Amino acid sequence: MQKLVWVLVVALIVLHQDCWNWQNGNLIFGFLPVGLAYHIVLSIAASAVWLLAVQYAWPDHLDADDAATAEAPAEGAGE
Amino acid sequence: MTQLQIIIGYLVLLLCLGLYSKRLARGTSGDYMLASHTIGPFLLLMSLFGTTMTAFALVGSTGKSFQIGIGVYGMLASASGIGHSLCFLLIGLKLWSLGQKYGYRTQIQFFKDRLQSERIGWLLFPILVGLIIPYLLIGVMSSGGVINAVTRGAFETAFADYGNGVPPWLGSLVICGVVLAYVFTGGMRGTAWANAFQTAVFMILGVVTFVVIANALGGQDSLLANIPAATKQVQESHPEMLTREKISEWTFMSFMLIPLSAGMFPHLFQHWLTAKSAASFKLPVVVHPIFIMIVWVPCVLVGVWATSAVVNGELLVPPGTKDVTVLGIMVAKLSGPVLSGFLTAGILAAVMSSLDSQFLCIGTMFTEDIARSLKPDADDKSTMVTARLFVVAVVIVTYLLSLIAPARVFGLGIWCFSGFASLVPLVLACLYWERTTKAGAYASVAATGGTWIYFFVQSGFAENPKYAVFGMLPVATMFGASTVALIVVSLMTKPPSEDVLARFFPR
Repeated sequence: MQKLVWVLVVALIVLHQDCWNWQNGNLIFGFLPVGLAYHIVLSIAASAVWLLAVQYAWPDHLDADDAATAEAPAEGAGE
Repeated sequence: MTQLQIIIGYLVLLLCLGLYSKRLARGTSGDYMLASHTIGPFLLLMSLFGTTMTAFALVGSTGKSFQIGIGVYGMLASASGIGHSLCFLLIGLKLWSLGQKYGYRTQIQFFKDRLQSERIGWLLFPILVGLIIPYLLIGVMSSGGVINAVTRGAFETAFADYGNGVPPWLGSLVICGVVLAYVFTGGMRGTAWANAFQTAVFMILGVVTFVVIANALGGQDSLLANIPAATKQVQESHPEMLTREKISEWTFMSFMLIPLSAGMFPHLFQHWLTAKSAASFKLPVVVHPIFIMIVWVPCVLVGVWATSAVVNGELLVPPGTKDVTVLGIMVAKLSGPVLSGFLTAGILAAVMSSLDSQFLCIGTMFTEDIARSLKPDADDKSTMVTARLFVVAVVIVTYLLSLIAPARVFGLGIWCFSGFASLVPLVLACLYWERTTKAGAYASVAATGGTWIYFFVQSGFAENPKYAVFGMLPVATMFGASTVALIVVSLMTKPPSEDVLARFFPR
């Protein structure tokens, strides 16, 4: 699943370059230009991919580190 | 005068919030600079978003769409939805984890430790500060300009040289004073709360402005009928604005690198370190693209509508109008002074939610990377006093520079972003590639600096906004040069010691 998430991230970057919409000025729902609608969908898709990333590609060891740090918080050299 | 009253009311409210947050402070330098690592998911989301979105998100997005059409959204907004969250996840989270472990407060402390080099700090410090100063100046100067524009005619006789409005120097001074007040007293905690409040303000006001303008332009009974009516005018008069005809494919593609600059912003680094836990990053990573969409889509549509909007037989915004004035003209002509005042408050909110973090971050860098290097045994109380004094000094110097800086400093924005983006290979390599060496890091910084200076001179010191290298933004070549230099020189030099590898790449 982790690999799939990173494949989806690469897909987002590739799909961002939608050369096929360049000259298309048609409207969707009577007000939204196709090129803008496409990138709105891409923004929503990006959010969905990031949701998958935090679910399936999350570095779990950091949560374990959290617990350890909570017991002995590092505040920096000044404290 | 109504606009001025609303602006003053907003600034007083902000000041009260900032001062109130002081009551939550713990009185330590760690709290002043990093809010004692107690910022949870919601506050982190709001402060990261507010910090990355400047006045450009409202004013610039509308103005650019007026000039080149709907492609602005893909070029800057959806690209940021991908690039910013990628930086939060790959760079921010990892740096937060190392910061917790080794007590870093600045990026430079991380690089010095990872590369086992004191001198890399002395090299990076002026570069990072130098890249952020034009960014600060743009914020300070634009706040003064916006206040002057909306208050023109507010006074009967005073400030005649400035259209009887608040002079830009006075507007900038007040904004600097308000930001300084809550950063000085509340530090990072005050900044985070103020950012959250201001982010909510500019998001809501952006949407309200969109609704009011759509209703004024459409002339129909409902908002759902007015939005298509406004777009229809564009389809009839300027159909090219509904396409990407005015943007080259290569330029569009190279813009994808610009959002990566978030990976090297020193002020974002500091916000990342404030997180209470790793899990605090999840909400910002997921929601950031949606927040960008909420702010940018209305502004892009308003900018495109402005190309064809006709009221009483006259074009509302004549062709060739300066991009940064488009939104102001639309609001002034299509709404009353109350909305105009609130929109100005929203624009100032976007400006200040970036300025505060930048002021605090430069103050922190001077304290930690310079003062602490010279006096390593300073106690916590004197460290906090030093940080506050540096914040005051940074605000004063920035304000004074804004009085003498030429207007073309606004053209430097893209160059600042390009510089930060070209340093991203360095931070990524230090975090994920064991083989990264000190010499490789120096080579990467030198390649970034060398190509940046060369292209900057070639562009006529940012005079030519259409300057391109191989048909793309200069950042593409800079990024490539930085990456190649880093990899080649690292492979040619001795690998890091076992001790370093054990610290940063534990098995």
